[in-house]
Amino acid sequence: MIGGLFIYNHKGEVLISRVYRDDIGRNAVDAFRVNVIHARQQVRSPVTNIARTSFFHVKRSNIWLAAVTKQNVNAAMVFEFLYKMCDVMTAYFGKISEENIKNNFVLIYELLDEILDFGYPQNSETGALKTFITQTGIKSQSKEEQSQITSQVTGQIGWRREGIKYRRNELFLDVLESVNLLMSPQGQVLSAHVSGRVVMKSYLSGMPECKFGMNDKIVIDKQGKGGGNGCQSIAIDDCTFHQCVRLSKFDAERSISFIPPDGECELMRYRTTKDIILPFRVIPLVREVGRTKLEVKVVIKSNFKPSLLAQKIEVRIPTPLNTSGVQVICMKGKAKYKASENAIVWKIKRMAGMKESQISAEIELLPTNDKKKWARPPISMNFEVPFAPSGLKVRYLKVFEPKLNYSDHDVIKWVRYIGRSGIYETRC
Amino acid sequence: MPAVSKGDGMRGLAVFISDIRNCKSKEAEIKRINKELANIRSKFKGDKALDGYSKKKYVCKLLFIFLLGHDIDFGHMEAVNLLSSNKYTEKQIGYLFISVLVNSNSELIRLINNAIKNDLSSRNPTFMCLALHCIANVGSREMAEAFAGEIPRILVAGDTMDSVKQSAALCLLRLYKASPDLVLMGEWTSRVVHLLNDQHMGVVTAAISLITCLSSKNPDEFKTCVSLAVSRLSRIVSSASTDLQDYTYYFVPAPWLSCKLLRLLQCYPPPEDGAVKGRLVECLETILNKAQEPPKSKKVQHSNAKNAILFEAISLIIHYDSEPNLLVRACNQLGQFLQHRETNLRYLALESMCTLASSEFSHEAVKTHIETVINALKTERDVSVRQRAADLLYAMCDRSNAKQIVAEMLSYLETADYSIREEMVLKVAILAEKYAVDYSWYVDTILNLIRIAGDYVSEEVWYRVIQIVINRDDVQGYAAKTVFEALQAPACHENMVKVGGYILGEFGNLIAGDPRSSPLVQFNLLHSKFHLCSVPTRALLLSAYIKFINLFPETKATIQEVLRSDSQIRNSDVELQQRAVEYLKLSSIASTDVLATVLEEMPPFPERESSILAKLKKKKGPGAVTVELEDGKERGELNGGGDRGGDAAIAASNASTPSPSADLLGLRSTAPVSGTTPSAGSLLVDVFSEAGPSATSAGVNDDGFLSALHAPEASDSPLVEGPGDSDSAPPTVASEDPAPPLPESDELLNKFVCKNNGVLFENQLLQIGIKSEYRQNLGRMYLFYGNKTSVQFVSFNTTVSCPGELQSQLNVQTKTVEPLVEGGAQVQQVINIECLTDFIDAPLLNIKFRYGGALQNISLKLPVTINKFFQPTEMAAADFFQRWKQLSQPQQEAQKIFKASHGMDTEVLKAKLLGLGTALLENVDPNPENYVCAGVIQTKAQQVGCLLRLEPNAQAQPGEQMYRLTLRSSKDTVSQRVCDLLAEQF
Repeated sequence: MIGGLFIYNHKGEVLISRVYRDDIGRNAVDAFRVNVIHARQQVRSPVTNIARTSFFHVKRSNIWLAAVTKQNVNAAMVFEFLYKMCDVMTAYFGKISEENIKNNFVLIYELLDEILDFGYPQNSETGALKTFITQTGIKSQSKEEQSQITSQVTGQIGWRREGIKYRRNELFLDVLESVNLLMSPQGQVLSAHVSGRVVMKSYLSGMPECKFGMNDKIVIDKQGKGGGNGCQSIAIDDCTFHQCVRLSKFDAERSISFIPPDGECELMRYRTTKDIILPFRVIPLVREVGRTKLEVKVVIKSNFKPSLLAQKIEVRIPTPLNTSGVQVICMKGKAKYKASENAIVWKIKRMAGMKESQISAEIELLPTNDKKKWARPPISMNFEVPFAPSGLKVRYLKVFEPKLNYSDHDVIKWVRYIGRSGIYETRC
Repeated sequence: MPAVSKGDGMRGLAVFISDIRNCKSKEAEIKRINKELANIRSKFKGDKALDGYSKKKYVCKLLFIFLLGHDIDFGHMEAVNLLSSNKYTEKQIGYLFISVLVNSNSELIRLINNAIKNDLSSRNPTFMCLALHCIANVGSREMAEAFAGEIPRILVAGDTMDSVKQSAALCLLRLYKASPDLVLMGEWTSRVVHLLNDQHMGVVTAAISLITCLSSKNPDEFKTCVSLAVSRLSRIVSSASTDLQDYTYYFVPAPWLSCKLLRLLQCYPPPEDGAVKGRLVECLETILNKAQEPPKSKKVQHSNAKNAILFEAISLIIHYDSEPNLLVRACNQLGQFLQHRETNLRYLALESMCTLASSEFSHEAVKTHIETVINALKTERDVSVRQRAADLLYAMCDRSNAKQIVAEMLSYLETADYSIREEMVLKVAILAEKYAVDYSWYVDTILNLIRIAGDYVSEEVWYRVIQIVINRDDVQGYAAKTVFEALQAPACHENMVKVGGYILGEFGNLIAGDPRSSPLVQFNLLHSKFHLCSVPTRALLLSAYIKFINLFPETKATIQEVLRSDSQIRNSDVELQQRAVEYLKLSSIASTDVLATVLEEMPPFPERESSILAKLKKKKGPGAVTVELEDGKERGELNGGGDRGGDAAIAASNASTPSPSADLLGLRSTAPVSGTTPSAGSLLVDVFSEAGPSATSAGVNDDGFLSALHAPEASDSPLVEGPGDSDSAPPTVASEDPAPPLPESDELLNKFVCKNNGVLFENQLLQIGIKSEYRQNLGRMYLFYGNKTSVQFVSFNTTVSCPGELQSQLNVQTKTVEPLVEGGAQVQQVINIECLTDFIDAPLLNIKFRYGGALQNISLKLPVTINKFFQPTEMAAADFFQRWKQLSQPQQEAQKIFKASHGMDTEVLKAKLLGLGTALLENVDPNPENYVCAGVIQTKAQQVGCLLRLEPNAQAQPGEQMYRLTLRSSKDTVSQRVCDLLAEQF
């Protein structure tokens, strides 16, 4: 169980310190600062053991969040909690920064008291927390309100309160995916996977019962209409759900039914590795001319329907460490040599499908005494495309609210697909 | 860019550094550095030439980035360019970069050296200083090679500025320390010595450091510096504090220079010239007088400087050890410090007194302070001071006060700091032994020691007690009585049980008459401790029990009962089980006569150096122990570092080899009592020694001989007995006559009977390898002399002589070798040998050379033995027996029956017989276990046929295996000699 939680700024000064258990001493705060934040080498492992004490940390911009324990805890649970903590803080006061944390430290202590009890994580659903931890100062609540909050928080459906009413029943569904790739210079895929999540934002009255359907291969095959309507099915490697989803039903029928929390929630997370649509192909060409010159030519090809537009395309071409000058020519977008990152960064705002574009660069090198050869790090790429590279499709999302008089047809539903690049690299 | 002030201030650099300091994270810092590096690269790459200012600025930035911990792999060229600038700041930055980042890149080194050379010859003192500093800071071998010749010239040139002279002296010192072989003073020596007369005190101070270092290596060449140093010293000492202006430190005139002068004088024996000596004594007296004067200042710096000179003077007095008056005065002065408020002074006083105590003149004077020292031992707060006090007590101990000191040390031991207990125990043990008048006191003391500090009593201490008790009849009874009483304490230390077990086992009978210590009571007392002891002690106790059976037959039944119990006879420890089983059988089967023979009282131990002393030396390391100083004095001349190094080597070799007393009690090998197997280890080692050299000789070429043989020979050490043995330390015999052959040379000779190649001899300095080949009556031997040190051997000379009648039997021709052997180098010598007639002795090889001034003289026997001229002869069984019968006269046969000392491995035996030079005849002897060989010894005068038969009895118990070796030849002397030679091999 978590023994304590500390928040540090980039200098290692403690902003928030909350100790839940006696086995964590005051010196633990300094131990982490000395051994991790101010360590000589950059500490890469998110878990550090110092003197029989484990520190789990995540870093958000310049802020370090560290959970401390002396026991043998489930590390995944601790990290899940830390991420949840970040989400809650973001939901309350926006960006996590030193300034914001200092301005909201009373709130943060209040939150920490609520979501962690004697080191055991509690209800960390933002919607529920917001009913009784507010930023509007101390507001005396009536007896009824208080009892209502109590019954809701301790009740069976802790994430949604009763009696919500909307004039327009609306529902937004975002399928957000990030595609990861490592490709050989010859265009052979060395590894590729997509990790995605389905985020739902609901403004529905009452306690609606929802049912979500997608082109999951198992479901489609079971229904026996695999190729019937031309809908490709996808094989999901693994998935996790929000706590509102009834897992027993998923296990039995593989149908996803739930009563959603009000507002935004992450309905599910999943990962696929088969039949991934790779939105871009990078073709590198590196030629060394003597000891003092390097010629680089990179072609990118977009590989999706011409009607779709990819956005925020950025190609990062690493340069050798002894680069002394770079000349770049590109047809489209803007390219610049960034010395501080040892890379040429090529940015294109928009690009339609089935197109190709090219950049060529001449790199001048300074002869050095070092006999070490340049390691040729891979070319990486960032982009955003309006479809799901895994091929996932939302088939339906049905809403039933038997008590109130609106039906599935009255709900306005929106579905959006966004594919982003994760680590999208091509060796050169 | 506007014309910024192109002076020292480099704004770009300042901005860059403040940028880095302001970075919020490591990543940001790396980004900034990458950006800067790219900028510098583009600037350096740029076609238009950079001016000196920007070059300096960028090189500075690179240096800063490098010092932050990032790799820099360019910019060296630009830095070298800066060296040729004639602006001071640019040159300085260039040199700074070179000293920090230089790597052995050949082309750059050449450029750098060129630039340094230019600066050295520039006559601009600041540039010269910069160059000298750079040479000293880099201090590499390449630098030494390039400039070792140049710098002495600058140092002694008349027109060199004083500041440059100082730098040159220190630079030369640095180079000399890094690579002494490259700095050859030669012709400069006298002029360097005369720098002691320089007007400028700074130059003198710098030069004296150099001279001290040089003269500790070659004292003879710098002998003239003594008188100069003395006169300089007397000038300083007698000067008023205001005379030296800048060099007066808190009213003390030139303290550093005085200390250095005194230290230089410690490299030499007292001056022989009476005038010089008188002047020096006067100086020393003045220094001692000054210590008595009231301080001129209350500042701590004043007293520190004064005391520094005083202590240096006292160590010089101790070093000379010839002025009783001064020694006593020094001792009294130190006595005052013993009660000084300052802990450091007390420490130093105790330390110096420790050395004073070993001088015959001041020993008595030191002894007067015994009460103070004992008090210091008891009340001192600082443990290191207490340790020095203990050292001093040890050093001042003699027959008159031994009892008092030992008693004090024993009583202190109860409360002593844990870190010094073991050393204290060793010291008490040594003093008790050294000054024991009656040995009952000795036994009491040691038993007390074990009682008080049992945990810190090392094995050596109680081994030594037993050695002494066994060797001295008069204390045996007393010892038995005392240990018996000591064992009656309810809780005894295990070491006490060990001593008790051993002594009662040997001498229990001496006290058995008393009914209070009847045999059964003794046994029960010992056995009551048995279960609390560790396995080795239990094993010792079991041996004591079997001795009891022998001494007191009435205890036999009880003891057999104990031995028979499951906890002994089925003990999980193999050693205990084996002992129990064997002793039980021995006691039940053997007759009393046999028992009495087997379990006879232990014979007296041969007298040897006390093992405890060796242990103490090992513990203290070189240089610190007074015992060692006593040794040092016998060596006569002390001239500084050289000898001390030797001491260190001896101490180190003592540390590395198991001390000779490790087998003292024979705990592991129970051979004298029960005749168990010699441990398997020795057999293994033996096989190694055979396999090692033969394996290497295959792939050996002449150059690599020394190095190739070195590794396998290391495993050979049990046979070689080379560096580990204390008596193979470099013999410093002063005479020019060939030294008598080393005691182990016979053994070395035997090692080469069956092989032709290997390492003949090795000590800390020299290694001699041998490769030899023989044909008919002729032989050729290659000797490889390897210098193991880094210093050259001079006047290296070897001679081979044939003593006595050998001259007419053997014709030996040698080629002379080069008289100079460089450090780490190897020289080869060829020796041609002709055998005129059969012979017995071996020719003598005498090696003489000078190492660091000391003459080394080593004599060895050349491994030329008669069997080397064997010519193998193959023959059939019938032939063999016919000839065997022909040689049936009694004088033609030589026979020997001897115990196998190396085990009986068939392959090893065969290899040895073949190595002898004879042909091994298969299927000749009816008994396949036996070996027969035949060969003809070729001499110029005659040919001697030789037949050999070796009969092992392999069935016998290991350890009792015997061989019978029979040799028949046509000449009686030959049979006898070959038989003798061969008997040593198995």
